[in-house]
Amino acid sequence: MTTAETAQAEPRVAEDEDNELPLAPEAESLGGRIARIAVPLGMLALLLTVWQAYVTVFDVPHYILPSPIRIGQTLATDWSMLFAALLVTLRITVLALAIALVGGVAIAIIMAQSRWVELALYPYAVILQVTPIVAIAPLILIYAPTTQSAILICAWIVAFFPVLSNTTQGLRSTDHNLLNLFELYGASRRQTLLFLQLPNALPYFLAGLRIAGGLSLIAAVVGEFAAGTGGRNAGLAFRLLEAQFRLNIPRLFAALVLLSMAGVLIFFATSLLSWLLLRKWHESAVRREN
Amino acid sequence: MPTATARPDVLETASPAGRRLREPLVRLQSISKTFSNGTVALRDLSVDIGDGEFLSLLGPSGCGKSTALRIIAGLGEATAGSVEWRTAEPGGAGPTHPEIGFVFQEPTLMPWATVFGNVWLPLRLKGQTRQAARGRVMEALGMVGLEAFADSYPRELSGGMKMRVSIARALITRPKLLLMDEPFAALDEITRFKLNNDLLHLWETFGWTVIFVTHSVFESVYLSERIIVMAARPGRVYRELAIEAPYPREDDFRTSPIYNEHCRRVSVTLHEAMGEGSH
Repeated sequence: MTTAETAQAEPRVAEDEDNELPLAPEAESLGGRIARIAVPLGMLALLLTVWQAYVTVFDVPHYILPSPIRIGQTLATDWSMLFAALLVTLRITVLALAIALVGGVAIAIIMAQSRWVELALYPYAVILQVTPIVAIAPLILIYAPTTQSAILICAWIVAFFPVLSNTTQGLRSTDHNLLNLFELYGASRRQTLLFLQLPNALPYFLAGLRIAGGLSLIAAVVGEFAAGTGGRNAGLAFRLLEAQFRLNIPRLFAALVLLSMAGVLIFFATSLLSWLLLRKWHESAVRREN
Repeated sequence: MPTATARPDVLETASPAGRRLREPLVRLQSISKTFSNGTVALRDLSVDIGDGEFLSLLGPSGCGKSTALRIIAGLGEATAGSVEWRTAEPGGAGPTHPEIGFVFQEPTLMPWATVFGNVWLPLRLKGQTRQAARGRVMEALGMVGLEAFADSYPRELSGGMKMRVSIARALITRPKLLLMDEPFAALDEITRFKLNNDLLHLWETFGWTVIFVTHSVFESVYLSERIIVMAARPGRVYRELAIEAPYPREDDFRTSPIYNEHCRRVSVTLHEAMGEGSH
């Protein structure tokens, strides 16, 4: 069986190559790429213009609805305070997410090894998840040593479940024939986990990660609302509440803008990571070409 | 057509008219398998498989041919009966089973690994590094004509090429026994014919034993020295047929009268077996 023979006998090969090599996004036309960025930006500009025009024309007072320009100015003048608050919130979000990833994956692996452990742990993971975090937060605030750690625990509880349940699902959905193959070649449990089950669970895990990223930010904000920490450790959520009490509506909007930008940033970061890890082989990350 | 109407049995294989005299490699003795839901997949299956033989298990779905293959591979225990290996390893202790290669109906490749990574797997599980295994991986890929695709991912390959990768992976451990579970069933006819020819060439070159499970009369006649026709519910041996035709068999064999005569005979036997199974 030579290569020449193969090429001759299977012309499909060459065809497949032509069809499938341009997998990467660079296959997209330049116009398409510009449109992908330009259309949403144009939409944003349109919205802001209408908003600005409305506020100017009807002379809406800034304590009811500040204009986009005024929000921008506030963002600039309060930058040092808001940015410090953003860092506090982001630090908790990222830390909670990181611990949730480690914990979620570790517990998923342990549960995949033993049916008994799964029976013992899984119901409690579900209970932890379905109980609203706002309702648990006051308790956590009482028991946790510091407010920051209480907020961290809140964010962790919320972010942990999607990672756990998705990774568990991924570990379980391993192709039975591949499992047979590993058994046939005498693979150890560790080898089966490392070379088969974990790679198989990767797309599931990454889907869980994207959900967990958004949720951990939400939970960090909810935690801050419940805790109401001021001072040096004040996060964005606290600044937001504070601005509301003081009827400093432009600052409230500015904090909101930063918060949603942080959410978008987390979403892009997790999506990028997912794409980087899956782009070579997983259908979800490969462009369909017909 | 000397063998057309003779009622063949296993003795014919070993007769002077037979192509080679075989030492048995493995003997299945009264294998029965009952699944936990009560289905009797196999009842009292006894087969001797000769060293270097190309044997097909042919039968309708549900006749337990895949189950038999899995039991030989050691995936799943027989409920009763025994699998006796006749390989006296030099210096080894007792008759253990030899190196086995298994090819599933699906290519069963890991989508996250390249062609190289997939073929490397059996050696990797034995602790060989990528570097140490490189020579043998490329050799196995060479056997199936895919050296140029070592760095491709399975999803970039056609169905036939994926199957070749699967075969290369089975060959990399240099198995003495190759078990194939309807490996070409999902492929188009042109690709299947091509892979049939390639498989026969490899078998003649390396002299392994092949047990080939199929539901295709034409494929089994083309490939095999001996066909075991199985009946379903419960799965059992209905009859053994020898295919007396010299190797190498090439494409002109497919159109020869003797091939057609064998196909007709096997087809009739298969229908008898299915008729028997239905009541």
